[in-house]
This record gives sequence, C-alpha cells and structure tokens, in this order.
Amino acid sequence: MNLSPRSKALRRDIVGILEAGGKGHIGAALSTVEVMQVLYDSFLRFRPAQPDWVDRDRFILSKGHGCLTLYVMLADKGFFPKEELLTFCAPDSRLGGHPEWGKLPGVEATTGALGHGLSIGMGMALAAKMRKQDYRVVVLTGDGEINEGSVWEAAMSAAKHKLSNLTVMVDYNKLQSYGPTSEVLSLDPLADKWRSFGFAVEEVDGHDLGALQSLCARLPLDQAKPTAIICHTIKGKGLPFAEGVAEWHHRSGLKAQDIAAMYACLQ
Amino acid sequence: MRKTSLDCVYELAKADPRVVFIGSDLGPGVLAGMKQEMPERFFMEGIAEQHIIGMAAGLAMNGFMPYVNTIATFLTRRCYEQIALDLCLQDLPVRLIANGGGGVYAPLGPTHLAVEDIAIMRALPNMTVVAPCDAQEMRRLMAATIDWPHPIYIRLGKGGEPVVSTPDAGFEIGKAILMRQPGSGLFVSTGVMTQLALKAAEQLQAENIPCGVLHMHTVKPLDGAALDHWLPRVDGVVTVEEHTRIGGLGSAVLEHCSDHMPTQVAKIARIGLPDRFATEYGNQDTLLSYWGVTVDAMAQAMRRQLSRA
Repeated sequence: MNLSPRSKALRRDIVGILEAGGKGHIGAALSTVEVMQVLYDSFLRFRPAQPDWVDRDRFILSKGHGCLTLYVMLADKGFFPKEELLTFCAPDSRLGGHPEWGKLPGVEATTGALGHGLSIGMGMALAAKMRKQDYRVVVLTGDGEINEGSVWEAAMSAAKHKLSNLTVMVDYNKLQSYGPTSEVLSLDPLADKWRSFGFAVEEVDGHDLGALQSLCARLPLDQAKPTAIICHTIKGKGLPFAEGVAEWHHRSGLKAQDIAAMYACLQ
Repeated sequence: MRKTSLDCVYELAKADPRVVFIGSDLGPGVLAGMKQEMPERFFMEGIAEQHIIGMAAGLAMNGFMPYVNTIATFLTRRCYEQIALDLCLQDLPVRLIANGGGGVYAPLGPTHLAVEDIAIMRALPNMTVVAPCDAQEMRRLMAATIDWPHPIYIRLGKGGEPVVSTPDAGFEIGKAILMRQPGSGLFVSTGVMTQLALKAAEQLQAENIPCGVLHMHTVKPLDGAALDHWLPRVDGVVTVEEHTRIGGLGSAVLEHCSDHMPTQVAKIARIGLPDRFATEYGNQDTLLSYWGVTVDAMAQAMRRQLSRA
C-alpha cells in the first residue's frame, strides 16, 4: 500500500529528528505512524493550547521508545513549536529518548520501561468512570512489550471493571529488538489471548488509514468490555531497506548519505 | 497498627473524595465498612502488585489519592520499577501501606520478611519513608498524609504494641520526635524499635547512664536539623532499626553526619539486621534475638560507645 502524502510528510519529520539527534528508535517509530496519525487526526479529543483540559482523551504511548512519532504528532498539532523537534536528546531538551509526563505538553505518562502504560491507562479510564467523565483512554503498546506479565495483570483488571472507555492498540510488527517475536517469545494466538482476557478484539492493517479510521469510529466495540486492536504493521515502514530488519529497531551514528537515502524514500 | 491505618483510610475517605483504597488480595472483611459505604472507592485487585501501582498512578494523575495496601515484601520488591517510575519519577500522591515491616512475619520465613524495604524505598527520589512506633502515632501520621504531595511508604509493625507516643508531641512528616531527653547517650530509632530503645534507655538509667531517644518516624526526608542539634550534645549514639544495616536508618544518619558533621561519625554505633537471609522462623521476638536486635544489645552498644568517648 502506498503511503499517503501526509504519512510521508510525518515520516520526513521523523527522519528530521534523527538527522538532528543522530540516533533514535526509527524502526519502532515508523511502524506506528498511521496508527497515531488516525488517532490524532480523527479520533482523540484534545486542546493543544490547554494540554491539561480535564475532558481530553488520554493517549499513552506505552512503547515509549516509539516517541519519535509521538513527538512529531504533538508538534504537528501545536502542543509545542515544531522546531523544538530538532532538540531531540539534547542536554536541556524536553524531548528525550523516551517521553516524560510533566515535561512535554501532550505526553500523558512517562514511559520507556515496558509494560507500564496499560496499568496507568486503566487507572485513568477507571478515574473517568468514577468521575462520570466521558474521556477515552488509548494505550499503544509494542508487541515485544506485551511479553511483560504486568500487561496481562492490567488486562484482567480492565476487563473486571468493564472499562469500555479503554482501548489498547498493539503495534504488532512481529519484530522485537533481538529478532522475530515468534522466535523470542511467541504471542500467537494474539487475538484469542486478548479475547480470553475479556477484551473485545479487532485486527486491522495498521498502515491502512481508512480501515483504522472506520475501526476507531466504532469504538467502543462492546459497551461492557475494554477494546484491544491488534494493528498488523511493518517495522521500519516506509523505508524499504529498513522494513522488517531488526537492526533498524534503533539506529545511531547515521551518516549524511543514510539520512539522504531515507528522505529519498519519502518523497 | 494495621487496623488503625486502614480505619484511618476509611475515615479519610469519608472526609475527602479523592481518597481511594486499593488492596491486592487481603484477608476477608478488610475495610468491610468502606466497601459497603463507598464501593466505588474500594478496590481489591488481585495478586498483581505491578498493575496495582500503575493503576494507582493513573488514578492519582487524575485527581485521586490512592492508599495501597499489602504485605511489605510484595509492595516493595515485586513492583519496584512501577514505584520508581510510575510513582516517584512522576511524583504522585500515592500512599503505600506496607504490612509487616521487619520480622513480623517470622513464621512465614524469609520470603515474607521485609528487611531491606526502607533501603530500597529510601533510594528513590521523591519518596517519603515513614515508620510509626505505635497505633496512636499511626493515626496522627495518616492524618498528615492527606496534605503531602509526594508518594509515601508507610511501614507497619505487627500491631498491639504498647502506646509510647504522646499526642502533645504532635506529628509532622520529616520531623523527628525526642521521646526521651538525652543525657550522655542518645538512641536514634525508627518504627517499633523506638519501644525497645526506650527500654534500653530505662535499663541504662538504672545504671546511672542517662540516655535519650530520638524517634525518627520519618527516615526520608531525614530530619537533619534534629541530628545537628542533638548529636554534638551527647557522647554516644546508637541507631536502632528492624532492618538490614545496609541502607536503612543507621546508614541515613551516617550519611548525614559524613556530609554535614563528620566529627560526629565516631560516636555512632548501629544496631540492625546482619547481611544474611533469616534461617530461623519462630516469632518476631525470637527472630530479633537471633538477629541481635535486643534491648540488652542496645544497652551494651551504648555502654561501649560511651566507654570510648
């Protein structure tokens, strides 16, 4: 599937961060572009000028290492000036290698250590129910991330409380740091796992904007259950030489010609 | 002490809609009144400590003040990363009520003995570490928690301890209480060990060795001002804790002195647990004897310190 002009533009901004910062989790960011694009363009309710608006939807990037995409989306929406993207990982930057709550507007939780976001999101979704607020919580996890047992503790708890205002999206690019998830620690049957933990489950092509949009428009899938959306994605999506290549999970020491090659793919 | 602390959560919850209770898999009937009266703020979430801490963080980030309760070992070791990142890094007002600090669960063996909890909690920025000495002080502590904006680790004793604290001494997080006026020696103690330190001071008084007791209910933030005031005025200091000698109260006192008044360091002896897992069961008292944390040992340590002065 061809990338949309906007999807390419967002990816160019991601490469721009890499170019300025010299390093980053590029592969893990590129697999999530369309998911976050749809969330921020057409699903989440937020006010960039009032990032602590109490009724905003909460988006937690539980796979905090995918922050390049989050930073690009937040800058794109006006949470902070776009030129600040180029400060990535500078000593006094607000944009670190993992996102931090309270530091950068729009970041809803500090993540980076894996397996934390769903519990925090569950607490936020529970808070909404307790306060009778109608905000929604979306947690985006990695696939390797859900190796963590804490994710499944959170899943049981979210189902117990029937948190239909909570959606977990799994960036199922099938490649974790060392290699294929099927070899490191197989997740399949993944949809059945979430279903058996009490979630309403859908699977979607995580790069198909239309499919993502129509699926998000149907949320919650079940009024008495949290939702899990398994997003089938490609790590490094958009850069043919990086797609599905474990070595592109994180890159540093990128040379000018590497950066140029990335831009060339995204015109 | 445990019942008092949980009763206090209920009382706080009646007065403050931010207060919620989260347990793991506690005994039947725990906080039954709260559960009945305000079920929407009572949670029993299962043996899932990592999740519970994250859940508490999510609630706190949206205006609630969660009080989380389970056995100290599981509330510290199992979910340490969640405490470090979700609670401390984000600096959220979540309260951890830890059952059975030290040797309380002696018969259950080393899996259940929280003997390094103070050290690992104290190592985390933004964390406050409190160990009250009796149920009455627990009550005053719990009242103080409602206005404290940071995470708090509350270490509970077994319960049923004699009441040695007094209301007129008040309670302020981070402010030590002088329980007994010093003479030549001063015990610096935390938690229920203050009770033993008071007995040791009595024992020494009978020998005409006057000793005071400075009760450091708050191990972090440490009341350095109290140490600055009292240590130079005595000849010997013995710190007492039901905790490994690595990283607890004694370490905190030594660190403070090393940084701020190094000439005082030589006055200080530390009573605490040896650096090994317990190999005995019995009860809390027999374990304390096994560890050498006894009134006699405290008195002896003080005699030794004073003889060197």
